[in-house]
Amino acid sequence: MTAEIGLAALWLAAGLAVLQLLAGSLALTRRGEALGGAVRPAAVVQGVLSLVAFLCLIYVFAVTDLSVKLVALNSHSMKPLVFKIAGTWGNHEGSMLLWVTVMGMAGGFVALIERRLPERTILATLAGQAFVSLGFYAFLLIASNPFERLSPAPREGNGLNPLLQDLGLAFHPPTLYLGYVGLSVAFSFAIGALVTREVGPAFARAMRPWVLAAWIFLTVGITAGSYWAYYELGWGGWWFWDPVENASLMPWLAATALLHSVSVLASRDALRAWTVMLGVVAFSMSMIGTFLVRSGILTSVHAFAVDPERGSFILALLAINIGGALILFALRAATVTEGERFALISREGALVFNNVMLSAILGIVLFGTLYPLLAEAMGAKVSVGPPYFNPMSALFAFPMLLVLAVGPMLRWRRDKFVRVGKALVLPGMLVVAAGLGLLIWGGVALLPFLGLVFAVGLALASLLPLKGRSLRRTPLAVWGMVTAHFGIAVALFGMSCESAFTVERLVAAKVGDVTEVGPWAIKLDAIEPVAGPNWTALEARLLVRYGADGKVVRLTPQSRSFWAPPQQTSESALLTRWNGQLYAVLGGEAAGETGEGRWQVRLWWKPFVPMIWLGGLLVAFGGVLALMGRVASDLRRTIARGRVADRQESRALLKERA
Amino acid sequence: MTGTSPHTAPRWAIWLPLALFLAFVVLVLIGLLRPADRNVTSALVGKPMPAFNLPPALPARPGLDSKILANGKPHLVNIFASWCVPCRVEAPQLGVLAARGVPIEGISVRDSTENLQAFLEENGDPFQRIGADDDGKVQLALGSSGVPETYVVDGKGTIIYQHIGEIRPEHVEMLLEKLKEASR
Repeated sequence: MTAEIGLAALWLAAGLAVLQLLAGSLALTRRGEALGGAVRPAAVVQGVLSLVAFLCLIYVFAVTDLSVKLVALNSHSMKPLVFKIAGTWGNHEGSMLLWVTVMGMAGGFVALIERRLPERTILATLAGQAFVSLGFYAFLLIASNPFERLSPAPREGNGLNPLLQDLGLAFHPPTLYLGYVGLSVAFSFAIGALVTREVGPAFARAMRPWVLAAWIFLTVGITAGSYWAYYELGWGGWWFWDPVENASLMPWLAATALLHSVSVLASRDALRAWTVMLGVVAFSMSMIGTFLVRSGILTSVHAFAVDPERGSFILALLAINIGGALILFALRAATVTEGERFALISREGALVFNNVMLSAILGIVLFGTLYPLLAEAMGAKVSVGPPYFNPMSALFAFPMLLVLAVGPMLRWRRDKFVRVGKALVLPGMLVVAAGLGLLIWGGVALLPFLGLVFAVGLALASLLPLKGRSLRRTPLAVWGMVTAHFGIAVALFGMSCESAFTVERLVAAKVGDVTEVGPWAIKLDAIEPVAGPNWTALEARLLVRYGADGKVVRLTPQSRSFWAPPQQTSESALLTRWNGQLYAVLGGEAAGETGEGRWQVRLWWKPFVPMIWLGGLLVAFGGVLALMGRVASDLRRTIARGRVADRQESRALLKERA
Repeated sequence: MTGTSPHTAPRWAIWLPLALFLAFVVLVLIGLLRPADRNVTSALVGKPMPAFNLPPALPARPGLDSKILANGKPHLVNIFASWCVPCRVEAPQLGVLAARGVPIEGISVRDSTENLQAFLEENGDPFQRIGADDDGKVQLALGSSGVPETYVVDGKGTIIYQHIGEIRPEHVEMLLEKLKEASR
C-alpha cells in the first residue's frame, strides 16, 4: 500500500510541475497574467508531494518490503537498519527520486520566501525550475519507476554492494545531491533573470544564499567522499582523478567561481553576463557529472549504478535543459546591459582573475575526464591519470592562490599594489623561510614544495583582512571568507605533506615480526577470524608504538568477505595523531614457497594527512558563516524596509485624516 | 584580464559555450552509440618491435630489453601504469593468461616504485620482466596512444597484434589464439 501511495504522490507532483510550468510561462504574457497566482502554491505543494513519495520509499526499504522490485534488487533483510535506509538512495531509481525531492522542496522554498525580486522574475524562475524537474519526473515515471512491484515476491533480497555499506557513504550521495540541486535553483534564477532581463544586484542577492548553500554541501560532499575513498578503498590515496571524483569536483569549481562573481554582481553591479553564464555552467556541470557517473560511459573505480540506456535519457535531458539555456543566454546576453566598470588592479580585478583561473582548471578537469572518450571516438582507448591532472591544474592553481592572498585586501573599483604591499611583507618572508628550510631538508619534489611554501604564506595572508578591524564588529561574511581561505591553506598543507613525506612499507610478515615505518614500530601479534552480520573476515592484530617510549596501541585491519552479494573488501585500520595518521591494510596470505605462514601487510605513515579533510571542513564552515551573515543581513534589510513602508503608510493615513 | 569579462566580449564569444556544449553532446553520443569494437588494426602490425632497453622498474625484477622478445617464443607485451583505472580492470585477465603459461612482459609508464609495487600487490603480478618507461619514450615509439595497451609479439620480435584498451574476459581466448598464430 505504501508503495502505491508513493507512486500516486509522485504522479500528482509531476502534474503540479506541469501546472507550475504552464501557469508560470503564460503569466509572463499579457493575457495570462491572472494565472500567476497559481504558480507559488503549485510549487509548494509539489515540494510536499515529492517529499511524501520519498518518505514512502524510505519506509518500504526500512521494512524490507520485498514485493517492491527495487527493494528486492538492492536490499537484504539481514542488513543493519541504517544501511537499509541508506539503501534507498544507494541505487539509480532511489537516487533520482531523491534528486526530484530535493529539487521540488527547493522550488517550494523559493516560492514561499523569495519576495525581493520582481514577481515576473520569480514566476519565470519557478517555471524554469518546473521545466527541469519535469524531465526528471518523466525519467522516473516512464523509465525507472522506483515503486514497481514484483510478483511473486522473492524470499530474500539481493543485498547492496558491500563497499556501500558504510556510514560515511550512506550520507555522502545525499550531501552531493543537495549541492547539485542547490545549483539547479541558481540555474533557474539565471533563466528567470534572462527571460525577464532583470540581471542586477537584486537578482544576485536572491541567488547568493542558494549558491552558498549548494557550495557548502558540495564542499562537505567532496571532503567526505575523498575521506571515504581514502579509508574504504584501502589504496592509501585520497584523490584518484577518477571520473566519479571529477564529476563532483567540476560543479564545485564552477560553484566556487559563481560564488565569487555573484558577490561582485551583488555589491558592484559588474560581471552581469558572466555571472548568469556561470549559473548555467555550474548546474550543467552537476548534470554532466551525474550523466558521466550514471551512464557508465567512462571506466571508473567506483561507479555503482551504471546503465547505458539511462545514460541516453539523462543525455537527452541534459541536451534539452542546458542546450536550451545556452541558446537563451546567447540570444539575451547581448541585451543584458553592461555592468559597472573597474580597473585591472581592484577587488573586482582579482575576483575576475580567480574566476578565470577556476574556469581554466574546470576546463582542464573536464577535458581530462572526457579525453578517453575523445580518443575512443578516434579509435583509441586511453586512461588519463595524475601525470596529466596534477601539473596541469597546478599551473593555474598556484597563480590563483597568489592572487587569493592579495585580492581580499584590495579596494573595490581601483587600487594600487603599493597600498597592500606592506601588509604582505610578513607572509612573503615566511614563504622564503619555509622555502629555504625545505631546500635544506631536501628531497621534496617541485609540486609538494610549491604547495608547502604557498600553504604557509597563504595561511598568514588569509588572516590579513582581519587586521585593523574590530573583531567583534567584523561582519560574519568577512569571517566566513577568512575561514574558508585559511581552510584552503590548511588543506593544501595536508596535501603537500602527504605527497612529500609519506613513508610506505609492504611486508610479508610472520606472526611475531616487527616492522618499522617512519617513527612507528609495528608488531604483527595475531591473525584471527571474526564475523559480522553479513560478512566474515580475517583480522590482523597489530601492536603499534610511536617512537621509542610511546604507548602501545592495538590496530585491527581486516580482510572481509561479504556473502550477499559475494565480494572481498579490505577494511583499513587508521590511527590518528596530531601530526599524522598511521594506515594499515591486511592483504591475503603471501603466495609462493616462502609465503607459508606469512601475511601481506601494507603500512603507511602519512604526516599531517588529516589536514586535507580538516581544511575541507574549514572551507565549508567558512561558507556556513558567510551564509549566516548574508541571511541575517537580508532579514534585517527586509524588516527595515517593512518598517519604512509601514511608517509611510501611516503617515499617508494621517495626512488623509487631517 | 578584463578581456574575459563581459565588457569586451565579442559577439561570437556569446555563442561559444553553446558550441562547446554541442561538441560535448556529439562526442558523448558517439561514445554511447559506438559498438564496443576495440580491434583497431595498427600500422605497427607486421613490423618488428622498435629497439629499446628499459631499466628495471622494480629492484628485484629484470628490466625489459627488446632483444629478449626475439628469443624464439611468442610474448605478450603489456603497457600499464598504477594510476590507470582500466589497468585494474584488466589485471584478472592478465592473471588468467599468465596462469595459462603466457610469458607477459610489462612496460610501466611514468610510475614510481612504491605505487607500482602496491598496484601489483593489489591486483596480482603476471609479469616476468617490467621495464620502467619513465618519460613515455618507448610508449611513443610503439605508437601507443594511451594506457593500457597490449602487443602480441612472435618469436622473431615482430608485432602480430595490437590490443588497444583493457583486456576484457571475452578477449582472453582471442589473445590465446593470436599467440598460437604467433608461435607458428
